[in-house]
Parts: sequence; structure tokens; C-alpha cells
Amino acid sequence: MALVLTEEQSMLRDSARGLISDKAPVSHLRSLRDAKDPTGFSKEFWHSFAEMGFAGLLVPEEFGGSGLGFMEAGVVMEEIGRTLMPSPFLATSVIAASALNRGGNAAQKSEYLPKISNGSLLATLAIDEGAKHRPLQISLQAVRAGNGFKLSGAKALVVDGHVADLFIVAARTAGSAGERDGLTLFLVNPKAKGVAIERTIMVDAHNAARIELANVEVNADNVLGEVDQGATLLDGVLDIGRGAVASEMVGLSEEVFNRTVEYLKNRKQFGKLIGEFQALQHRAAELYVDIEITRAATMKALQALDADVAKATSAVAVAKARAGTTATRAVQEGVQMHGGMGMTDQFDIGFFMKRARVCEELFGDANYHTAQLAKARGY
Amino acid sequence: MSESENADLEQFRSETRAWLEANCPPEMRKPATSDTDVFWGGRNAKFASEPQRIWFERMRDKGWTVPDWPKEYGGGGLSAAEHKVLRSEMAKMGARPPLSSFGIWMLGPALLKYGNEAQKKEHLPKIAAGLIRWCQGYSEPNAGSDLASLQTRAESDGNDFVITGSKIWTSYANYADWIFCLVRTDPTAKKHDGISFILFDMTSKGVTTKPILLISGYSPFCETFFDGVRVPKSHVVGTVNRGWDVAKYLLQHERAMISGMGERGVGRPLGQIAADSVGTDAQGKLDDAMLRGQIATFDVDEAALAACAERAVDLAKAGQAHPAFSSAMKYYGTELNKRRYEILMSAGGVDALEWESERSRQGARPRAWLRTKANSIEGGTSEVMLGIVAKRILDLPGA
Repeated sequence: MALVLTEEQSMLRDSARGLISDKAPVSHLRSLRDAKDPTGFSKEFWHSFAEMGFAGLLVPEEFGGSGLGFMEAGVVMEEIGRTLMPSPFLATSVIAASALNRGGNAAQKSEYLPKISNGSLLATLAIDEGAKHRPLQISLQAVRAGNGFKLSGAKALVVDGHVADLFIVAARTAGSAGERDGLTLFLVNPKAKGVAIERTIMVDAHNAARIELANVEVNADNVLGEVDQGATLLDGVLDIGRGAVASEMVGLSEEVFNRTVEYLKNRKQFGKLIGEFQALQHRAAELYVDIEITRAATMKALQALDADVAKATSAVAVAKARAGTTATRAVQEGVQMHGGMGMTDQFDIGFFMKRARVCEELFGDANYHTAQLAKARGY
Repeated sequence: MSESENADLEQFRSETRAWLEANCPPEMRKPATSDTDVFWGGRNAKFASEPQRIWFERMRDKGWTVPDWPKEYGGGGLSAAEHKVLRSEMAKMGARPPLSSFGIWMLGPALLKYGNEAQKKEHLPKIAAGLIRWCQGYSEPNAGSDLASLQTRAESDGNDFVITGSKIWTSYANYADWIFCLVRTDPTAKKHDGISFILFDMTSKGVTTKPILLISGYSPFCETFFDGVRVPKSHVVGTVNRGWDVAKYLLQHERAMISGMGERGVGRPLGQIAADSVGTDAQGKLDDAMLRGQIATFDVDEAALAACAERAVDLAKAGQAHPAFSSAMKYYGTELNKRRYEILMSAGGVDALEWESERSRQGARPRAWLRTKANSIEGGTSEVMLGIVAKRILDLPGA
């Protein structure tokens, strides 16, 4: 597979870019933030997004979706990264859709996937409990009770947690924190008795929540995949999420970089355009190289996911690690080169810096993925 | 790509794999560890071993010393997609390149684009067959990365040019049979405008070379002196005074080649090499957390660069490549290779400091470490590469 977009993928990119830059530029996020919007995204825009087939992009055609691949999902995520558009695309259309499609039984698929496709159902994965992403360090307990289970525990950084219609909760049915065996995924109704949801206003003005489950009852039909054997399903779904977030970071990095280069070409200091200064030229050139390399690594990861999710782990680790490092550098250089103006709320640059920090933590930061690669290579 | 094209390519892959399995001697499937492991060809070439000869001759006979050149010039006539398949199958097997040559990496592509038919017929098959070893006469004592300041002059005399001046950093000039050389044919023209690209035999009267001893203890480079060297005008490639176009095109290939240098002679992963000397803890992790982090970060960057190199080829194939992108790759590839050797030195500890000893293979590692320091200087310094990216790709203002 060539590491360039096909004609169809380029068309998808163009239509996503046109729509997103038109309807949801950075000012869209700004106004949602300023209004403390209770939903945190535009429902109206989400519906038109769904009508164009984006919501069900990864859902198979038999369930009303487009049946496209992770490369295509990455194309859309990258455009989302350019304007920082808040939307349920990552949590619902990429992560939850993949979890249901890969782990769901026939009944679960036919109940949820068509609704994800038409944009009427929002879903999210509840995974991390501590401050850092440690997918095996799960202690939320699921205890057998009659025909089902009772869930108790807490989750942090549940993306879209306060607006979701469905939680996919990673819980421990056996073993203890740190072990691979004994993890199970459950479909949980956020309105079920015992669920407490706190919307957490995040630094990047995107949606997230803390949720607490106190003896929440679910029946056996709500198990997604196999009891005690959820780790493998979870690995795949998380890698898909990581590939998507890496794409968002590529889009974000490139956008903040383009804005910075434009600024270098227009801003005068000491009687010269600041872009004439070699110190800044070289830093800009280094960043350009970083972004190109990260883009290639991310495309490589998405292609690997499309070929075989189970074999994509190392490529995804490389992409997420690189994307984290590059995005961090891109936003820092963006603010620094914009000088004092970069520090003002009035300029958009700060929005990119905040979102980059959140993307870095989502599903493992650069340190986490770099260490994973070392482990996989046996040193 | 259509299904039938895909099927053809898969067939090519399986045939190639089978051929390589049958024809690549086991000794040629290990990374090169010393200079004698590399076969450079040329009039005075000697094979270091029988397997090296067999491997070279079999590949030459298939045209696979230059797989993507046209068959009529001694190449393999492979399409870009087939070439990629061959490279990946060779990489999987760890097969060494059968022939290393500046003729293949640099002059050949420039001749294919700018040479006339007679020049192509004369020189390309000899490069492909490893008969003539080439060197590059670009840099001068006062014109390193600022190549266009070169002073070596070629004065017209009937059907000949008479060349006087000197070059520096001429890699392996003392072993080369011919030189491709930049000379000033119009001293009154502006910097880039009066330069020509010319080919001549190193045994011509008036050519002398002198090796330069480097900090690594080796002399891969020479000073080269031209004292009234007479060269027929028909040896100019492209148009007289327009040699800069040829030179620039060739530099792109040189930069792409240098950026890929880290891939050659690699062998075992750094983490395992380090574990041998540093040791591991009870969990099997490298017993130096900071070094482990440095290696893992290096591995991430190296994998990302490999993806980018692959993408650069794909972009070129799709006609979407920026002509200056090789400068970006050269910059990153050489800086990364320097990092690799800093890590190797750190991982080797005191063992890596031995300069002349059996155990250290005569200081192979410290010599290679010192050699890499030239990577970010030769073929244009890292700073020059960043300047090219800033001006030509990012379109930043200024001189």
C-alpha cells in the first residue's frame, strides 16, 4: 500500500475539510466554551455530519454505515484537529463503533450500530481510573449477581461522558489490578440506577466526565465480548482510538504550524520580517520535518490497523508517541513565535496548545508508548 | 492499483523471493561490518571473498545492481512498484547490496535525465557492471556547502576544455577511475550561471590525489588537484554553463542516499546490543533506565523516519513530491544516525573506547562513531538543509 491518499480518500478529506472549516472553525469551539454550552458540541451540526455519512463511517453497510476503514477515519480526525471541532466522532463513531463491531454479538450490533450510523446514539468507552493511562490497572469491580453483574467503581476522563446514551465500561470480573486476565467490557445505560455523572470542564473546552458506579445492575446480555477475556478486545479498540487521536494531532500540529509560518511571513520586528531571522527559520524547518515524519508514521499505523488490528500495535505505538512529541513541540513553538500575542486568549493559538495536552494524555502519552515499544522489542 | 496489477506484483514478489533464496549466499545475508564487506567495483576491484563475487555476478547478470534502470543501459527495467518489492524482499533477508557505487547513487540518475544518448550508452552499462568506479568533484577548499563559489576553471581550447584547480573531500578519489566534476566555464557570469558538469578519466595527465586523514583514523576523502587537464568538450553533461541544474538534481539523490545511510550495516536492534554490555534487571529491562529511554525514543524516531522515507518514494511516484524534500530527509536521517552512534558508544561503555585491539575489531565502533560526525556536514550541512527547507518549502523570506 502506498503511503499517499487515494483519490477517494482525497475527496473524503476535501469534503470533510470544506464542511468543518465552514461550519466549525476554531471560533465555534470558542463560542461553545464562552457560553458554557451544556452539550459541548453542536447537535445540529452533528446531524448534518451524520447525514453525510461521517457518523457511520466505520460501521458496516449492513448496519447502515459506510463500511470504510481506519485510514478514512484518520482523514476525518485530521480535519477535526485543524479546527479543534468538538464532536462525538472520536468517542462514538471511532471507538464505540469499533468496540461494538469487533466485540458485539448479532443482537448488540443490530441494536446499536444503525443508531450510531444515523447519529441518534452517542456512546463512549470508560477506561482509565487513575491520573495516567494504564489500561490493565482497572479495579472497577463487576461481581456476579443472579443472571447478571453488579458494577462498582469510578472512571475518569470519560469522553462525552455527560451526553452519552451508552457507556462501554471496562471492569474487573476476576484477578486484580495490573493483570490481563479477568477484564470484561460491559454495556451500561447511563440512566441506570446507581450511576453518578459529573461533567468535568476540561482545559481544552472539550467534553469529558467522571462517572461513578454504585452497585449498578446489568444482565448477561450486556457483556460485550467474552467474560474475563476483554483485554484483547480492549487492546484492539484502544489501538484504533490511538491511531485516530494521532491523526487529530497531525491535523492540529499542521494547522498550528501553518498559522505560525504565516505569522513569520508577516510580523515585523527590528525593521525586518521575523521570518528572515535564521534562528527562527531553522526552528520552523525542524518542525516541518517533525510533522512530515509524524504524518508518515501515522499513515503507516492506520494502514496497519486496516490490514490487521491485532498486528498493528507497534506501528500504533510509534505513531502515538511521535504525534504526542510533535504536537507538543508544534504548539510550544506556535505560542513562542507568536510572542506575547500567543499568550492572549484573543488569539486562537492557545486553544491548540490546550487540545494538544489533552490528546497527549488520551490513551497513553509519548512516554507510555515509547516504553511499550521498548517492551515489545525485548529490552 | 487494479486487482490484476496486484496479482502480477504478488507473483513478482514470490518469484523474487525464490530467486533471492536460491542465489544469495548465506555469507551475504549478514550486515556489513567493515570496509572490505562493501564491493565498490572499478578497474582495480578485488573481491574480498568468493561469496561476494558470486552474489555480485548473479545480481549483475539480472540487471539488479541497478534494478530500476532501463534494460538497454544494463539495468533490470523494473517498475517503481517492482523495485520496492525487490528492496523489501532483500531487506527481509538481510541481503547486502551487491555493488556500492557513486555511479549508481548519484551520476547514473543525473545521466539518465541530462545525458545525451552517446553518454548514456558509454557510461551507464559500465556503472551497472561495476567496471568503472566514480568519484565526485564538487567541494573546493573555499567552497564547501557554498558550492556555487567554486573556482576550478575550465578554459576553452579548440575541441577541449583545459581544467585547472583543486577539489576537496573527494570521497575515494584515490580509488576512482573517473570523476564527475563541477567546473567554472564562464568566470564572468553570476555564481550559479557559469558552471558546467563534466566527466573525465582520473588517469588523465595533470590529475593527482592526496588522501586526508580523519579523526576516525581513516582516509575516505582526498584532496584532488588538476593541473591543465585536457578534456574533450563532448564530456560535458547537459548544456555548457548550465551545469548547476545537473548538480542540483544529483544533490537530491546524494541527500536521499546519505539520509538512508543509517539503514546500512544495522544488524541487531540497539536495545539488544545495549543489553549485552549493560545487562538487564529482574524484569528483563535494560539496567539503565535513562539509556533505555534514549534507545526507545530513538527506535520511535527511526521507525517514523523509515515510514517517511517510504512515503517520500510513494509521493514521488504519485508526482506529489516537493523537489526539496530530500533536504528534509537528509537533515533528519544524518542527525538520527549521529544519535545512533552516540547511543552505541554509551551502550558499549569502556569496551567501545578500544582503538587498536582484536576484541574491538580494531576499534570498529569508535571509528564508525567518529565517521558519523561527517554525516551532517557532507552533501550540505544540516544548517544548509534547514535553510533550504525554510526557503524552498516553507517559502520564508530573506536572502
